[in-house]
Amino acid sequence: MSFSRGSRKIFDDISLDIPRGKVTAIMGPSGTGKTTLLKLIGGQLKPEQGTIKMDSNNVHQLSRKDLYQLRKRMGMLFQSGALLTDINVFDNIAYPLREHTNLDESMIRSLVLMKLNAVGLRGARDLMPSELSGGMSRRVALARAIALDPVMVMYDEPFTGQDPISMGVLVNLIHRMNQHLHLSSIVVSHDVPETMSISDHIYLISGGKIVAEGSPDELKNSEDPWVQQFIAGKADGPVPFHFTAKPLMQDLLS
Amino acid sequence: MNTKFIETTVGVFVVLGFAAFFMLAMNVSNLITYESSEGYQVHARFDNIGGLKVRSPVAVGGVRIGKVAAIAYDNEAYEAVVTLEIEPKYNKFPTDTSAGILTAGLLGEQYVGLEPGAEEEYLKSGDEITVTQSAIVLEEIIGQFLYSQADEK
Amino acid sequence: MMNKIQLIGHKLIATVARLGQAAIFFYQILLTMPGVLIRPKLIIKQLYSTGVQTLVIILVAGTFVGMVLALQAYYVLVDFGAEDSISQMVVLSLMRELGPVITGLLFAGRAGSALTAEIGLMKSTEQLSGMEMMAIDPMQRVMAPRILAGFLAMPILTAIFIAVGVLGGYLVAVHGVGIYEGVYWSLAQTKVDFYTDLMNGMIKSIVFGLVIVWIAVFEGHDSVPTSEGLGQATTRTVVHGSLAVLGLDFLLTALMFGDI
Repeated sequence: MSFSRGSRKIFDDISLDIPRGKVTAIMGPSGTGKTTLLKLIGGQLKPEQGTIKMDSNNVHQLSRKDLYQLRKRMGMLFQSGALLTDINVFDNIAYPLREHTNLDESMIRSLVLMKLNAVGLRGARDLMPSELSGGMSRRVALARAIALDPVMVMYDEPFTGQDPISMGVLVNLIHRMNQHLHLSSIVVSHDVPETMSISDHIYLISGGKIVAEGSPDELKNSEDPWVQQFIAGKADGPVPFHFTAKPLMQDLLS
Repeated sequence: MNTKFIETTVGVFVVLGFAAFFMLAMNVSNLITYESSEGYQVHARFDNIGGLKVRSPVAVGGVRIGKVAAIAYDNEAYEAVVTLEIEPKYNKFPTDTSAGILTAGLLGEQYVGLEPGAEEEYLKSGDEITVTQSAIVLEEIIGQFLYSQADEK
Repeated sequence: MMNKIQLIGHKLIATVARLGQAAIFFYQILLTMPGVLIRPKLIIKQLYSTGVQTLVIILVAGTFVGMVLALQAYYVLVDFGAEDSISQMVVLSLMRELGPVITGLLFAGRAGSALTAEIGLMKSTEQLSGMEMMAIDPMQRVMAPRILAGFLAMPILTAIFIAVGVLGGYLVAVHGVGIYEGVYWSLAQTKVDFYTDLMNGMIKSIVFGLVIVWIAVFEGHDSVPTSEGLGQATTRTVVHGSLAVLGLDFLLTALMFGDI
């Protein structure tokens, strides 16, 4: 599909396949529109051209009601956690359960505690979101994302700005969730080592196009200099260090 | 700040609002005067009604007994026709009762003042008060005064 | 020169487009109303934030405005020997104009700006997006209750403002300047018409309340999710809300009191 914002083409005729039951990573430099891609998949944005299908449903041709039904089967973990700040952790996770199911409070309580247990934060259930650290709020947000037992979970930059321990915890959680709950996961990130350690399939996107794709090993052994620069984190290469400018001597002497 | 506190304060807030409204409606506005039930109507014709308006009071001896229900103009007789609505409990006005347009205080609003007559029959709904006194128009009085002054000279 | 004219045209079109957006926004919220009315808890919570928390400033402002009004009225009326009419002036000014307008301005400043900031913050921390992805409509859960609350809170606040103002005027007139208590209240009763004065004032406050929250919620929803953007949105709410109150006041006054 293709998607533009104003006159800028964000995605130029790209095609992606997200396999079921696996962890698919979408990586690329900052600003390539990776979050936009997740919003397109979730139906919050509409592509100009092309289709997005989830489980044989064309996302953008669904009625509002059906789209909402489809969204119940998707979980999304936002970069900032996006917890509702005026209710505590327990109520945040219970929120989708109370809204979309008719379960009584005791059942909801059991479910919430189990989800919290899965992310290791059962003891934090009475805290307010403002009292949580960044890593903790992401884990709570993850528990909320799986509250309705979705078939697919999307992670928007889950590792950004985390300390090594939190990072390790999150990496571990994403991997285990995918396996034990038989999810299909889409991880959008530019943290190379962490993402590569848990992904089954990776797409590298830059300039609105898919530059490379494959398994982590395939990409590590890729001959493409751009891929190499990205994976290894080299300072200079196909993406130059210097912003376009006159030669140094010319600038200094003029 | 839990739900109980919020719900209580909102309840108090709404009650305060209604209390304020009722206080204003009852004590500070003329709502009470609207309560009177349908009275009986009589007509009175005037040459000049001055500043009389619909809902202006109708009073006897200073006591309010009704209001002006309608004001119309008779194109044939060139007179103003005022319909007075009098409260049903004041039904003992003789048929020769007179109606005049008076002013409350010096610069106040105008009202219809009734002077009971001496007949034995009483006014009923639809009757007409025949003895009327038009409103005093300030300009005419001043004109009369100046005229009479000029005359004396 | 042409550039300046182009700029004016451009700004005009942009303003009209924005008004259109705001109208569509309001319409979308109206559509969610049935779903909101069965969730009174949300409305009550918002009534607390917009109404109850504005109560204190309304009480203080109302008292002082009523008192000052009575004082100034006395100084003018005493020259005509008409100081007994003080209550008439205080009550009519409060009911017809000062009550709805001042309450509206205070409401726009306090509750309106808080609403815009809150919603703008929810937007920038992706809470609104998050709700959408959880298949919950933020229009129904976040926006609509706030609009309803503003619609309900304003007339309540205005009634309280007027009542407190009348009492403040009473204090100054009877205990300050020496008007007879009976005269104050009886003149107020006879000269003030329930429908033309009190009800019209209430209608004004309902209209103001609706417009203020509409602007506040729209600006928050439409804000640029940066700290600077949020500040601009809040300022716009207060300025546009206040101007709307004053402009609508003129319109409504002309309509309501035009033929007296």
